[in-house]
Amino acid sequence: MADAPTVSETPPHPGSEPAPDPLTIAGRALGSRLLLGTGGFPSLEVMAQAISASATELVTVALRRVGVEASGPGRGPAGATPKGRSLLDALAATGVQLLPNTAGCHTARDAVLTAKLAREAFATDWIKLEVVGDEDTLLPDATELLRAAEQLVDEGFVVLPYTSDDPVLARRLVDVGCAAVMPLGSPIGSGMGIRNPYNIALVREAVAVPVVLDAGIGTASDAAIAMELGCDAVMAASAIARAQDPVMMARAMRAAVEGGRRARLAGRIPRRLYATASSTDEGLAEFT
Amino acid sequence: MISLNGQRSDLRPGETVAGALARLGLDGGARGVAVAVDGEVVPRAQWESFALSPDARVEVLTAMQGG
Repeated sequence: MADAPTVSETPPHPGSEPAPDPLTIAGRALGSRLLLGTGGFPSLEVMAQAISASATELVTVALRRVGVEASGPGRGPAGATPKGRSLLDALAATGVQLLPNTAGCHTARDAVLTAKLAREAFATDWIKLEVVGDEDTLLPDATELLRAAEQLVDEGFVVLPYTSDDPVLARRLVDVGCAAVMPLGSPIGSGMGIRNPYNIALVREAVAVPVVLDAGIGTASDAAIAMELGCDAVMAASAIARAQDPVMMARAMRAAVEGGRRARLAGRIPRRLYATASSTDEGLAEFT
Repeated sequence: MISLNGQRSDLRPGETVAGALARLGLDGGARGVAVAVDGEVVPRAQWESFALSPDARVEVLTAMQGG
């Protein structure tokens, strides 16, 4: 007779304890599928609390002139520090890895130089490549983006390009060696969610590298939808930083990303026009 | 005229990148800082030796909160 199993040997119910599900980009495993932007928070303290609540392991930072204070809509007085030191100190205390961006660049030349400066400043080869072609929409300039991506890959960078929701451009970016693609759901900071879910699904099918939904997330359901569409991760910035309660929104985004990811892996039921009864007709009483 | 972060500076030709950093209150070991002169990166190891030309454009950059 076999020994009765002890409690500790009893296997958990299937699905009760999810297996680790890391996001791997360029060989680096990240425990969270949520990336955070650091811009727009009312203070560094709130930023640090939101980072902690989100459980993110990768956050973006911009590169700007020393001595320039951040300004613009929604940025609080503590949004910038003359030397960037207290920002870096605050981020170092959270233990996250930095993903510098090339925000504000309009040409491949400027983006490549900015990436090289970021590598010098932060000692990382990773770059979130942004090359925008229009001030009103901040939509990517496809030709400059592709040109910059190619140069940066040649220079040894791990390139994560912010791109249109265009599966053909995504494939071209991967062809030149990008480590991931970051298609937009809608314009940066618009909070309009995913305007073309079919294209995001096509981007997912078009490339074999991680797809990180970037830009347009407005609230938690947008992040869940991105993951359900098959995205490997979600990047949220304004949606968290400019929420009325950024820390609570960070927590919500974390839950949404995890929920959307599980739903994707679980496999959703097909959509049907007509009802399908979930209770059997067998044994149904006849009252008349 | 040597410009420093887009503004006129009192830097004189022959002064080094380290001199430019000092104008901004940054010592030579400034962490999280990068420097470009005339659109080219000047690596940290060259800050003490890189001499500025009479019309150099110096950009000193650091981290700022951003998406």
